[in-house]
Amino acid sequence: MRDPHILLRVVSKFLIPLIALFAFYVQFHGDYGPGGGFQAGVILAASVILYGLVFGIAATKTAFPPSWIRIGMTLGVLLYGGTGVLSFLLGGEFLNYSVFSHNPSHGQHYGILAVELGVLCTVASVMVAIFYAFGSRQPGVPNIENANEDG
Amino acid sequence: MTMLDIFPNWLLAHGPAFLMALPLLLAAITAILPNEKIAWFSSFAVTLICTVTAFALALNNIQNGVSVYPLGGWDPPHGIALVIDALNAPILVLIAFMAVITIIYALPATIAEVEPKKRAPFYAAFLLCMAGLLGMVVTGDAFNVFVFLEVSSIATYTLVAMGASRDRRALRAAYNYLILGSIGATFFVIGIGFLYMETGTLNMAGMARILHDLEGGSRVAKVAFGFIIVGLGLKLAMFPLHMWLPGAYAYSPTPVTTFLSSTATKAALYLLLRFIFFVFDPDFEYVASVLTYVLVTLGVVGMLFASMQAIFQIDARRMLAFSSIAQVGYMLLGIGIATTASVAAGYLHLINHAIIKGGLFLALGAMWYRFGITRISDFKGMAKMMPWTMGAFTISGFSLIGVPFTAGFVSKYQLATAAAGAGWWWAVGVIVVTSILAIFYIGQALLLAYFQDPPKIEGRTVAKNEAPLAMLVPMWMLVFASIVIGMRGGVIVDASWRAAIFLLGGGQ
Repeated sequence: MRDPHILLRVVSKFLIPLIALFAFYVQFHGDYGPGGGFQAGVILAASVILYGLVFGIAATKTAFPPSWIRIGMTLGVLLYGGTGVLSFLLGGEFLNYSVFSHNPSHGQHYGILAVELGVLCTVASVMVAIFYAFGSRQPGVPNIENANEDG
Repeated sequence: MTMLDIFPNWLLAHGPAFLMALPLLLAAITAILPNEKIAWFSSFAVTLICTVTAFALALNNIQNGVSVYPLGGWDPPHGIALVIDALNAPILVLIAFMAVITIIYALPATIAEVEPKKRAPFYAAFLLCMAGLLGMVVTGDAFNVFVFLEVSSIATYTLVAMGASRDRRALRAAYNYLILGSIGATFFVIGIGFLYMETGTLNMAGMARILHDLEGGSRVAKVAFGFIIVGLGLKLAMFPLHMWLPGAYAYSPTPVTTFLSSTATKAALYLLLRFIFFVFDPDFEYVASVLTYVLVTLGVVGMLFASMQAIFQIDARRMLAFSSIAQVGYMLLGIGIATTASVAAGYLHLINHAIIKGGLFLALGAMWYRFGITRISDFKGMAKMMPWTMGAFTISGFSLIGVPFTAGFVSKYQLATAAAGAGWWWAVGVIVVTSILAIFYIGQALLLAYFQDPPKIEGRTVAKNEAPLAMLVPMWMLVFASIVIGMRGGVIVDASWRAAIFLLGGGQ
């Protein structure tokens, strides 16, 4: 049997790694130029969503299980907040990255990297979670049955 | 002095950051915790720590004045500063304290009202809501206020929707609240945008200074003021913008209703005070006219109209919700008269109403917990079925009416005195009339509870069945707070005066 979407499949298989790579470029370029965790997270999630659109949501869910996505969402927040707590424990104000290194500007660099990684993690996970939530929605059959019972 | 010495220096120095960061981080952890018991315990610990911290910061503020915490080590004009001053310190204590009360109560209440799978996420959303509320009160940066406003609002929509396992109408109420709340937040952020355009800074103290130098600023500042008032008006349920409130209060789980009624609208009211008297200045002509003609008018109309609506409600929680809208009117009246005494009275009523309404909603929730009661007509014989719960309801109800020796009396009396002092005699009349209306709507429940016999089911009188201790303790804590404020309001009355003097200067 011939696959009607063979072109899409081949092209997206080629593109998905590139999109993910570009996400990381945006991520690590964020402290020197335009970019950062949010944009990178969205681009990374876009590669997953493209995979889901072309290969189906079931395949995506086996590749990226929803339970992992949920952990990813909170992990990002904890990474961001944990950076703040660490800076506090090292004697600075909350989220004062200067204390991470002897050289304050290096400290700022490390701090912003950790924080942006947290942002990437959360944003990408949330985007995929939203896609899963909408993508796996079933027609509202149970609701209609309930409504009939009520009426 | 002695009280303050108990708290270590690092707590006083870094406390403002703890207040917003601790609940936020724990909310993230709780979200993936599978076990509701662990979730409850850690939430309880965090709310308790936040209360102690807020209390320490408030004491520190009384003694050492305003403290500014530069987040990330960036100083205020460029970075975000967390500010503790006489205006927000008492509100922080209030929010954290009400969170502790709600969490204790939530232990039995969530088991009855929230489905098992959603109980751990319930605590996560609750902590997130609390982090947002504390954050928007503690921050000194206008855009940061918006961010935290959204954090708390989005968590709130989720919390309201969790009432769906008890009553499906919660979903519609949550959706209503979502739409109106988002419109409110949008108006607010548009206002902030215009203010930024006018002043070039997001720091609220900086904005205040620049607006003062500009003597009120151009039309942009006026537009900003309008947007901010409407946006906050939606959030705090100012009279014609209150449509989301009755549904959200009536159908969300009891702990959520309690927490919302005693903190969420109060935090929005705090922001209204902050923007009208701190960022803007009632000396500006446009601010003064909005205060006199818009806030007072809407406040008074809301007081009368919502009190009247409360009388005709069938559902007890909706009755209290409409009463809340009426009480917001008192606070708006206090703000609108704009003398130091009236703002102090409005501020005092804000705190008192949080305590009173919290107690009432907790008592109602306990009645639902034991007997499934939601309607006022079901109150029959409640004094015999649940004497302690009904006792708490009665005292809080008296406090709401403004019976002497309760918190409600202190703040209503102060408000009436302030209104009379400013020459607004008709406002005194309105306060008296709405208090009489409160007698009607609280009274009809009390009459049924005390002068009717419990209903009979299959020929047998319904037996006494008191609420569990985890519900009675928080309920009576609020009742005691209300009585203590009524008998000797010292600390809280002083706090309200300090806040008003901080905003308006002078003092009597």
